[in-house]
Amino acid sequence: MDALDVARWQFGVTTVYHFLFVPLTIGLSVLVAILQTMWHRTGNERYLKLTKFYGKLFLINFAMGVVTGIVQEFQFGMNWSDYSRFVGDIFGAPLAIEALVAFFLESTFIGLWIFGWDRLPKRAHLASIWAAAIGTNLSAYFILAANSFMQNPVGYRINPDSGRAELTDFPAVLTNKVALITFPHTLAGSFLVAGSLIVAVGLWHVIRNRDSADTGAYRFATKFGSWVVLIASAAVLFTGDIQGKIMTDVQPMKMAAAEGLYTTESPASFSVLTIGSLDGSREVFALKIPYLLSYLGTGDPNGTVHGIDDLQAQYATQYGAGSYTPIIPVTYWSFRFMIAFGLAAGAIALLVLWTQRKGRTPSSKWLLRAGLAMPVLPLLANSFGWIFTEMGRQPWIVFGEMLTRNGVSRSVSLAEVLTSFTAFTLIYATLAVIEVKLLLRYAKAGVPDVSEQPPTDDADDAERPLAFAY
Amino acid sequence: MDLTTIWFLLIAVLFTGYFILEGFDFGVGMLLPVLGRDDRERRVLINTIGPVWDGNEVWLITAGGAMFAAFPEWYATLFSGFYLPLLLILLALIARGVAFEYRHKRPEASWKRRWDTAIIIGSLLPAILWGVAFANILRGVPLDADHEYVGGLLDLLNPYALLGGATTLALFLTHGAVFLALKTTGDIRERAGALAVRLGAGAAVLAVAFLTWTLDIRSSAAAVVLAVGAALALLGAVAAARVRREGWAFTGTAVAIGLAVATLFAALFPNVLPSTLDAAGTLTATNAASTPYTLKIMTWVAVIFTPVVLAYQGWTYWVFRKRIGVANIPQH
Repeated sequence: MDALDVARWQFGVTTVYHFLFVPLTIGLSVLVAILQTMWHRTGNERYLKLTKFYGKLFLINFAMGVVTGIVQEFQFGMNWSDYSRFVGDIFGAPLAIEALVAFFLESTFIGLWIFGWDRLPKRAHLASIWAAAIGTNLSAYFILAANSFMQNPVGYRINPDSGRAELTDFPAVLTNKVALITFPHTLAGSFLVAGSLIVAVGLWHVIRNRDSADTGAYRFATKFGSWVVLIASAAVLFTGDIQGKIMTDVQPMKMAAAEGLYTTESPASFSVLTIGSLDGSREVFALKIPYLLSYLGTGDPNGTVHGIDDLQAQYATQYGAGSYTPIIPVTYWSFRFMIAFGLAAGAIALLVLWTQRKGRTPSSKWLLRAGLAMPVLPLLANSFGWIFTEMGRQPWIVFGEMLTRNGVSRSVSLAEVLTSFTAFTLIYATLAVIEVKLLLRYAKAGVPDVSEQPPTDDADDAERPLAFAY
Repeated sequence: MDLTTIWFLLIAVLFTGYFILEGFDFGVGMLLPVLGRDDRERRVLINTIGPVWDGNEVWLITAGGAMFAAFPEWYATLFSGFYLPLLLILLALIARGVAFEYRHKRPEASWKRRWDTAIIIGSLLPAILWGVAFANILRGVPLDADHEYVGGLLDLLNPYALLGGATTLALFLTHGAVFLALKTTGDIRERAGALAVRLGAGAAVLAVAFLTWTLDIRSSAAAVVLAVGAALALLGAVAAARVRREGWAFTGTAVAIGLAVATLFAALFPNVLPSTLDAAGTLTATNAASTPYTLKIMTWVAVIFTPVVLAYQGWTYWVFRKRIGVANIPQH
């Protein structure tokens, strides 16, 4: 074990952890804004209740996303300083712009929304949640543009004197075809998580809390969330399909590693699962769908998909001796888990809608269990998706330009990075337990009573309690 | 003015803004056990910064991102070199941020006590460590010819840097007390005002000592003027706090912190991280900078969006301009 390994583990753990909160923030910010808009338009208290209820769950989650995000920005300089030097000219710009253009918007307006119920006119308050939601989604775009440079570097040149990457075409970085497709794919994945949470919590109340006066609100939430999940599922599949083709084009090794395809094939089949050696080099049993990999990678059922061995030989000639193959068991299984967990959420949403057709009230214990599993499934799908795309890029930190092992900080000792990895893991684990318990507590508590609306005018009643206080 | 100078100034502005804004957040957090005698009083204190702390912290994230984009070498060397202090700052900011959001989520006293501890320590550590870090940037650190940090943790804990830490601690405590006097009513306001005077006197002594030592290490005409301005503003703030002119007192501490940070940057320029070893290791605004093309794009983005950000953030402070007291804290 050396500092490089620990730095990689830390990046993996802190990034996957950060992205447990981000999808909920991205999706729920918009969905809560939609609920509040419905209240604004119809005046129906049911939507206000749901806005406040899901808004509370959103905020419990939001705090975690914010604080774990700061770590991400600092980590590049702390653990990956040679990477930062190499790409700073290009990679820093989207991060800085994200902070200035998107994160300020999100953080400032979320504060206005949380505390502004009685301080802002209704319209301005509604606009606040939309501003925060736009900031959040915009933020995702800039971060994904930065990440896409690592997958498919564009708009740069290598300065022969300094050996560093220099920006030559910023619009090209922002319109990197990997970024353009990763952005909608990530948003769709996020809405899958957010919709699922809305369904799970709503369904629990529909089934377990039958006599509640708010059953109508929960039934609405369950349906609303299920439709979000279904639309998001379709969007995930559609964007994922395009993404697969772009990936095969710009990172053929990643596609080969997704299948554990060693030799070039046309047509290539997709294995749903393989039993044998973990890296797929020797199989005992495999469930295969013919033509599918060719279709996923090229759009043509007979298309050629390059194999790992051929690509390895090609890269060794191009970049010099060494291994250019990712860890196949990781890429093979994470790719499958991503798809399976993502699809499962969509299937359950369909089931939930079916059981509520024509005003029926579901009561099945099994449906409830499936419903409660719902938010976990797309969360896992998101995590495996990131693990796949980042591990599939290895051994590169910037594809074709810099190896991960050359990006690590030279001045940071093993002891230092171990200290940091241990500290983050411990504090993150503790906070995860606290966060989940709080979410469950507030999810069970149900929608709030909104009969007493605070006055929204600026009446000078100095003694009036705040509509919301920490 | 060339682009690297503009970006040096912009980084200075971002950190100055960060310390002015989160400075009082840190102060309020640290004063929680001093001015908040019971749960309701502590809630008053926390709620004075409730709507704004997150937006204030984005100044740091923007400063970090801007440093990465405009001066990648500075960002890379600084963040990898100041590893453990930055780790502590990160852990503190994590604990503190979550604490604000979670503290009121359960009624148990033990639950609140634990989050109070997180807020207090999470505010105290960065208040000291930012001073230590910036003093070391000014003083210089051991960098080899490749601009890699070759010192250890102890190199960062020199007397000058520790004085820097004590100074930011005292300044932020004063700034927080003045802010609380401005934003609360009743008994808390009285106690915060009285405390601000005492804290301000201590901060003034530390700040004068620290700034004098700073100008002794490296100096420029602008730095001297700014340092004198910082000291005067701080004295003015203490005087205003004494006669209970809270708005002026807060303006005074804000200006004092702003000018003190500006002093450091003015003294530092054109270096961004001097080396105490080989002079070739010194990072300057020129050799640490990105290409002119990147800086030009970033300049346009900054020119367009900074006024917008300032406008809506300023508006937030206007929306939440009212003082609050224990009567305004809802039961739940």
